[in-house]
Amino acid sequence: MSRTLSAPVTVAFDYTRSTGPVLGRFLTGLRDGVVVAGRTSDGHVVVPPPEYDPVTHAALEDFVEVSSEGTVTSWTWVPEPVKHQPFDRPFAFALVTLDGATRPLLHALDVSSPDEVSTGMRVRIRWAEERVGAITDIACFEPSDSPAPDPAAPLGAPAGAVDPVTGIVVPVSLDYTYAASPEESAFYRGLAEGRILGQRCPSCGKVYVPPRAACPSDGTPTAEEVELSQTGTVTTFCIVNVPFLGQRITPPYVSAYVLLDGADIAFLHLILDCPADEVRMGMRVKAVWKPREEWGTTIENISHFAPTGDPDADFDTYKHHL
Amino acid sequence: MAKQPAAVVGVGQTHHRAQRADVSMAGLCREAIDRALADAGMTLDDIDAIVVGKAPDLFEGVMMPELFLAESLGAAGKPLLRVHTAGSVGGSTAIVAASLVQSGVHKRVLTVAYEKQSESNAMWALSVPVPFNMPVHAGAGGYFAPHVRSYIRRSGAPTHVGAIVAAKDRTNALKNPYAHLREAKTVEQVLASQMLWDPIRYDETCPSSDGACALVIVDEDTAAASPNPAWIHGTVMRSEATTAAERDQVNPQASRDAAAALFKQAGITSPIDEIDAAEIYVPFSWFEPMWLESLGFAEEGGGWKLTESGATAMDGRIPVNCSGGVMSSNPIGASGMLRFGEAALQVRGAAGEHQVDGARKALGHAYGGGSQFFAMWVVGADKPTS
Amino acid sequence: MRDVAVVGFAQRQMPEFDGSPTCVELLVPLFEECYEQTGWTRRDVGFWCSGSSDYLAGRSFSFVQAVDAIGVIPPVNESHVEMDLAWAMYEAWVKIQTGEVDTALVYAFGKSSAGTLRRTLSLQLEPYTMTPLWPDTVSLAGLQARAGLDAGLWDERAMAEVVDRSLRDAEANEYAVRKGGSSVEELLARPMYADPLRKHDCAPVTDGAAALVLAAGDKAREVRERPAWLTGASTYVDAMTMSRDLTVSESARRCAAALDLGGVDTAELHAPFSHQELVLRREAGLGEDVRINPSGGALASNPMFSAGGIRVGEAARRIWDGRSDKALAHATSGPALQQNFMCTLEGTI
Repeated sequence: MSRTLSAPVTVAFDYTRSTGPVLGRFLTGLRDGVVVAGRTSDGHVVVPPPEYDPVTHAALEDFVEVSSEGTVTSWTWVPEPVKHQPFDRPFAFALVTLDGATRPLLHALDVSSPDEVSTGMRVRIRWAEERVGAITDIACFEPSDSPAPDPAAPLGAPAGAVDPVTGIVVPVSLDYTYAASPEESAFYRGLAEGRILGQRCPSCGKVYVPPRAACPSDGTPTAEEVELSQTGTVTTFCIVNVPFLGQRITPPYVSAYVLLDGADIAFLHLILDCPADEVRMGMRVKAVWKPREEWGTTIENISHFAPTGDPDADFDTYKHHL
Repeated sequence: MAKQPAAVVGVGQTHHRAQRADVSMAGLCREAIDRALADAGMTLDDIDAIVVGKAPDLFEGVMMPELFLAESLGAAGKPLLRVHTAGSVGGSTAIVAASLVQSGVHKRVLTVAYEKQSESNAMWALSVPVPFNMPVHAGAGGYFAPHVRSYIRRSGAPTHVGAIVAAKDRTNALKNPYAHLREAKTVEQVLASQMLWDPIRYDETCPSSDGACALVIVDEDTAAASPNPAWIHGTVMRSEATTAAERDQVNPQASRDAAAALFKQAGITSPIDEIDAAEIYVPFSWFEPMWLESLGFAEEGGGWKLTESGATAMDGRIPVNCSGGVMSSNPIGASGMLRFGEAALQVRGAAGEHQVDGARKALGHAYGGGSQFFAMWVVGADKPTS
Repeated sequence: MRDVAVVGFAQRQMPEFDGSPTCVELLVPLFEECYEQTGWTRRDVGFWCSGSSDYLAGRSFSFVQAVDAIGVIPPVNESHVEMDLAWAMYEAWVKIQTGEVDTALVYAFGKSSAGTLRRTLSLQLEPYTMTPLWPDTVSLAGLQARAGLDAGLWDERAMAEVVDRSLRDAEANEYAVRKGGSSVEELLARPMYADPLRKHDCAPVTDGAAALVLAAGDKAREVRERPAWLTGASTYVDAMTMSRDLTVSESARRCAAALDLGGVDTAELHAPFSHQELVLRREAGLGEDVRINPSGGALASNPMFSAGGIRVGEAARRIWDGRSDKALAHATSGPALQQNFMCTLEGTI
């Protein structure tokens, strides 16, 4: 048995980004199939245009249209692409200075081996089949045969943007392996056996449930295992009436701090089996477990807490836990 | 060794809204920065160092966003620091910026705190599921509601006190052109709003905002050029654990310790008599009476009486959150700095319509996490004597 | 300025930490080591500051539970940076300079192995036009390495020499997760990975934590006969853009220019890729006589958010025991050496 319990977690959200006028101008260009650069006060033509001038710090307002062909100024091979990169097979990332620009743009270059790439090679944009106003409207760069044009070719102002892009959606999804601490792991494993396990801090003698890698009062690891009672007292609570993203319990429900008999700290759980408006501070409650065949190493083995019907605890017995 | 004197000579903030779809993250920050610099009569070229603060990176989905923002904020070629202390971050960021001046390391420091909450969903970002566990409470409101219930039980406060605060702060916000929620509210309207996280009603909660705040903090020589510097009389940060056996979650020791240390630094013996305006971090209305007690403006159990008496209104004995506070604008990462900045505006006589007449000393306050991180400062119109 | 010294240092580094991303159980023994080294208890620490990243851990407020390891009754004067340990130390150094406190313990931690590190770090990039392409850290470093190769500023042999020296030195470092000398020829004979980088040109993914203790004046002298006095500290950042000249690091050059590097005999440089050491040596103007990365450096182990501060600790250790009289320590952050920190440590002031 490994020392700790672990499980996969995905942290994913589709972020809605407002672009502001400068990046919006650039992305509008991509949607329309042109590359809009910014001219900075130090004379550079930069793709994408920086939002603020690097020297004057003023918002950038001088836009020019540059070519969709250019020259590789640096590159790197990507032998093992990670999720959501432009290709799921080996490819190159390249810095490409587009004709008319003086600073390179970072994007993928579609070649099948590092032997096919070299600094100075000519490339062109391969546009995505459907363009929406995002950097991925450039599917990638691909090798090109056309020579570099006369560098003195004048740059044109881009056409006025119709229906400009003001926002983008950027999905961000990261996969992690989450591990519980050894102390938490012991707690979850106890739950898989129908037991609620705490640990006593050797310094202050307080019983923590769940046990902690360190007692937060004095920094000492909790050590001595203590099996706790399955009954306890509601110290305080809240009635949740509001739905929220990711919610797994239908409101209204009571979320309460339950101080198990023998513990020195209350832990959060649900109070069910009685109307929400009958839950009280001081109410005596007991753990109600799910059917044994549904148990795992999780706090969810305890379905909820329910009133015992015993008289309420006196306020003085739990007021120092509020 | 004593701290070098330091003063706030520039305060800037954005128009806070549920969604600032017109600006990027850089644009949001620059709106606040440019106002702060204009207020200070400076440009980015005058600035020695920049300190950025914001709450969790998951809110905007960018890891350490100050790195990509560096050039837009004018930080390229300069020192740049990034602070993150949960909800208190706006306050602690201002304190780190102040310490760069108080230490003599820099003379002119710009600090900016922001949150662009509309890029994601705060409830989601705060409730990413943890394996083996279950999401019992629902976001920040669900976290704090049980502790509000504990306060009500311990203090015997009548249940309408939260509504008094909410109505006051929302109405105060009408005098703040930057506020997100600008709507007159009556106690009755607040009481009639939906109960979300019983005992917290909808109108007793803060909004979710896009916004930023920036301050320019300078040394004594630079401050001499300012017509109205807000001198820093004291700063404090204190932390404790989210959960610990028998921790007082209504009136945390870290909060009491912080207030005591702060007022001692600032030479204040009776906060209610010596502080002319307070900007206190009140994301749920009930936290006004709770913090009044913890900060020493009222005795334990007496905070709600002060609120109920009207003492915290703009014309009261201790005006609290004349700007409308967190209850009216809540770009989380910036909310603490807004408290610190609004306190500075009060003692500079620059708070506009929500100015407290003759304010000489003001408190800026922020807290975060599960009421475990505290950051506070006292600013004054006069240079501190000690 | 007050005289402030590094008087304590503890570290843990490993390929894969079998424990929670809060790293509390890693921190408890680190703090104990710091107390042993200083003879202090937690109550002797005037200021605490930590460094960590929510995205490394995969959840918001990942640093919150770390204060459990301190034991925070009574509550503590504490701050947190979403940065490497080196910058947490910088905040503490500034705090001591204000005169508010005389001592500080700073720490940082990170479980890089919880996710795919080189992919996670794509979230550090400009989020509108860079992150959607998910350029990974290794690729960005490869673009930088190629720029220098193409410009003739360094060659594969120079990169291999950095690796060879680092992995040899790492043999004496019990915390190094990659170690073992071979030869430049043998290293060059290994296959390309992310052309122009071989695997050994890239720091290994490392979990870990570290702590540093600072003290002012007599407080430092009480702890150590020969404290590592922080005689200078500087930090600068550059624009993130990859379209700049990648063969230089302007911010590193500014850091070095702000310090008196005369007499530096040892340098601990935080270079997660072999060519980056070459950039840093050039920007700091370090001569052949300066001993570079005697710990083995980041190519031997690179625990995210503490590896920079570990450079300070490794330099301090060499001051304490007299192996060095003046050392330079360096930390970096962001893609391609975007943000840098440097400090000098000296045995006598």
